[in-house]
Amino acid sequence: MSAQIAARALTRGVGNLVLGVLALAALLCWPLLVDNVFYQRIGALVMLSALSASAWNLVGGYAGQISIGHVLFFGCGAYASLLGYTWFEWAPMVGAPVGIALSLLLATIVGTPTLRLKGHYFSMATIALAELARIIVVNSPVLGGGVGVSGPALPRSMADLSFISPVPYYYIFGGVLAVLLLFTWQMSRSRMGYYLRAIRGQERAARSLGVPAPRFKLYALLVSAGFTSLAGSLYATMVGFVDPDSGFGILLSVKMVIAAALGGAGTLFGPLVGAALLVPLEEFTNAMFGGGGTGITYVVYGAIIVFISRFAPGGLAEILTRLQAWRARRAG
Amino acid sequence: MILAQVVLNGFLMGAVYALFSSGLTLIWGMMNVVNFAHGDFVMIAMYVAFVVFTALHLGPVFFVPAAAMLLFLLGVTVYFGLVRHVMRGPMLAQILGTFGLALVLRYATLWIFTANFVSLPENLLGDVVTFAGLRLEPSRVAAGIAALALTIGLHLLLTRTALGSRLLAVAEDRNAAMLVGIRPDPMQALAWGLGAACTGVAGALIALFFYISPLVGESLALIAFVVVCLGGFGSVPGALVAGLTIGVVESLTSFWIGPAFKDVVVFVLFLGVLWFRPQGLLGKA
Repeated sequence: MSAQIAARALTRGVGNLVLGVLALAALLCWPLLVDNVFYQRIGALVMLSALSASAWNLVGGYAGQISIGHVLFFGCGAYASLLGYTWFEWAPMVGAPVGIALSLLLATIVGTPTLRLKGHYFSMATIALAELARIIVVNSPVLGGGVGVSGPALPRSMADLSFISPVPYYYIFGGVLAVLLLFTWQMSRSRMGYYLRAIRGQERAARSLGVPAPRFKLYALLVSAGFTSLAGSLYATMVGFVDPDSGFGILLSVKMVIAAALGGAGTLFGPLVGAALLVPLEEFTNAMFGGGGTGITYVVYGAIIVFISRFAPGGLAEILTRLQAWRARRAG
Repeated sequence: MILAQVVLNGFLMGAVYALFSSGLTLIWGMMNVVNFAHGDFVMIAMYVAFVVFTALHLGPVFFVPAAAMLLFLLGVTVYFGLVRHVMRGPMLAQILGTFGLALVLRYATLWIFTANFVSLPENLLGDVVTFAGLRLEPSRVAAGIAALALTIGLHLLLTRTALGSRLLAVAEDRNAAMLVGIRPDPMQALAWGLGAACTGVAGALIALFFYISPLVGESLALIAFVVVCLGGFGSVPGALVAGLTIGVVESLTSFWIGPAFKDVVVFVLFLGVLWFRPQGLLGKA
């Protein structure tokens, strides 16, 4: 009997390993398998979206502090990169550390008072700060105003990281994502990971056991803000243009939340899975129904989100568990 | 004298803010559900007013109740169709669900009515009256007074009637309310209906003097969030005080610094209050 169980566990372990290797191989080869620029571009956008959603996941998923203004940090990164070019002719990635520094400062300002509190204060404060940043940028001609700022029109050297093909971006974004996921994995097994999960589970209990909750929530926010800012700089490097809506638009914040929530917030690969579903969905609905400002894309997109939250509030993880339960019932 | 005019205009706008924020705070305080589609509820009500006026040629006496009834139905439908199911999931699911709903409402309206700004005729309720040196626009005055009365009415409904007590009992402790024989489901549906109906009235009132566009809900929703946080979650008197404050602050900022910066000051004020009095102006600690 026990041998049977062990054998089953072994096959499952091997199965998971094979599945993991296959998934990794598919991720590494994706741009080489498709030679269509449209699909390659989608691949790069998936990686970028997975990167920002994974960064959000540190504070929103693991620590359970739901930020709906993460675009604030994304915008800081994007604007720092392109303003560095506009003002000082820097290569876009040179501005990235400036964006990260600014993001860490803003994260401290918004996090210090609100992370001491429970409930929705943190969410609301992050929205307010992001919207504040957007309004300030729109009204400041120095920061590009409502028009936005552009990067180098033609690459001046390799340092500009300006490529025509989306493939190099795919690997750059994927590389940064890999670093972030490695960090997240390490963190989730460390003292900080346990602290954060304790805080998410029951903050009062965690505090009574001596977990310095506000401090660790702030740490999670800082790391998250830094990586989100980096994602913004990478986005600006690829697109070479940012305006108040693409840098600080509230929709972007929500897309990060949705990608993470769909795949499973607080899981390592959840945001990647969510991004891999949502980005193609958006690109295909856009291609099918046309942009053109008719807004049909967002009606479809919104309806799908409503549908998912209505029938599987726990995200894909819930669907998977239900599927397993159903299979077990059928087998047994 | 100009200053008095500015404060008056802000006060009247603030009363409407207070009304639609009361709708949000009722739902938020009762169920701890943040409705991200709230601004779009306001927008829908504005279009109801616009359609009733342009297609049926009926005035505010008809389109305000029409907006209230339609929004009541929308609120109850959303509760039974979406929120009730979403509530058993994590908080993230609520954000997902209501935000998805916001996208559907906003962009379906954009698809039907296009992105063009429309508005109702300015003198729908008559021409500007000058009284004691103050220019009184009948549409703003009527909207402000009606909103003020309804917000106070909602507060009285919640605190002075048996129905209000049942609503608050469910808000305070769902299980204890069930023990004394109150079924939470109809009460929560009613809260959604009432909250949405208040929002509907507010939307139809704003439409009297404000531009109407499919994206107008986005900025109005942010104001409602700020008002609810400032006033304290679930507190209608708090929403009233905070709404009036925000209205006057916005108006003074537009006058002294410039209209582009009115939201900047509102958000800075909000962040400042979060630092020093996080439970809100009238909220309990």
